[in-house]
Amino acid sequence: MIKREKRRYLALEVVSEQPLNEQTVLYTVQSSVHRLFGEYGASKANLKLIKFIPEKRQFVIRCSHKALEPVRAAIASTTEINGKNAAIHVLGVSGTLKALSKKTRNI
Amino acid sequence: MKRFADLHLRVPLKDNPKAESMIQKASELGYNLVGIPLSPQTTREQISQLRHICSDTKVDFATRVNFSPRTPNELLQSLRRFRRKFEIVAVRCHTKDVARQAAKDRRVDLLQFSVTNLRKRFFDEAEAELASQALSSLEIELAPILQLTSFSRVRLLSSLRREVATAERFKVPITISSGATDELFMRGPRDYAALTTLFDLSMSSALRALSDNPWVTVERNRKKLSADYVAPGIHVVGRKTGD
Repeated sequence: MIKREKRRYLALEVVSEQPLNEQTVLYTVQSSVHRLFGEYGASKANLKLIKFIPEKRQFVIRCSHKALEPVRAAIASTTEINGKNAAIHVLGVSGTLKALSKKTRNI
Repeated sequence: MKRFADLHLRVPLKDNPKAESMIQKASELGYNLVGIPLSPQTTREQISQLRHICSDTKVDFATRVNFSPRTPNELLQSLRRFRRKFEIVAVRCHTKDVARQAAKDRRVDLLQFSVTNLRKRFFDEAEAELASQALSSLEIELAPILQLTSFSRVRLLSSLRREVATAERFKVPITISSGATDELFMRGPRDYAALTTLFDLSMSSALRALSDNPWVTVERNRKKLSADYVAPGIHVVGRKTGD
């Protein structure tokens, strides 16, 4: 029997003064993972943008549960978006969106 | 629940609003204790101002001094003069002699090494053996990992990997701190723990380096600096008040 891949949902917050959109935030996270862990690591992370709230500068991404720590490290290592200083903080991590929304409340 | 500590939050002492926002950010990120480096000439007013900001934001505050001596004698002089004025003493070792002296001196809490000149990272087996006997910790700052790019970061990570393995072999406590000078380089403790996996520090060791190890250092020093401390294992339990 094929085992279903476990996932982790991460609620993130961007600290940056520039305007953001879905493509920019996902590209930033993907390129951070790619820069730190290469193509092989990025392929294992299986990243997907789930939700983006531009007014709160928060977003939710999904990754493989085995790649949680590398993805978290890549997110923490982000210091700029589009060449301007920025930081991304992890607000919460969970195995389901429901539990994540309970954890972070405001997402 | 773990109590996290950042023993090296480099807040600008002359810029009060920025200092306040950085301490506030540390609190929001989940730190219970911040160590702020002060110069030996820092006035009592500045310290009480910082203490006030920290108590407002519900973060414990530890005073810290960083020494960068050029010779072992200079280090000994500084320790003699200032050890009892600060809760944490960190030594940035620029020469091997200073590194050896700092590692064997029980008054030194944290050992720091250069992040740009990797030839000046003297944390080898001999250093680790001395440090393990004197209870000093190896301090690893994570802001340089965020700031450096490409090959300089690769070289630093490689060096850190070797040092962490040596420290673990000789049971030298590791302390992870931010070394952040700006809010943008501050991250939560679990994010830092994830970053340390880049130099092969296990998640449990990383969390210990962010919580238990710094707290043990600060609490040990607070006991030593208290008026009731006599010698290791001996302290005053009560005083007779008048006749």
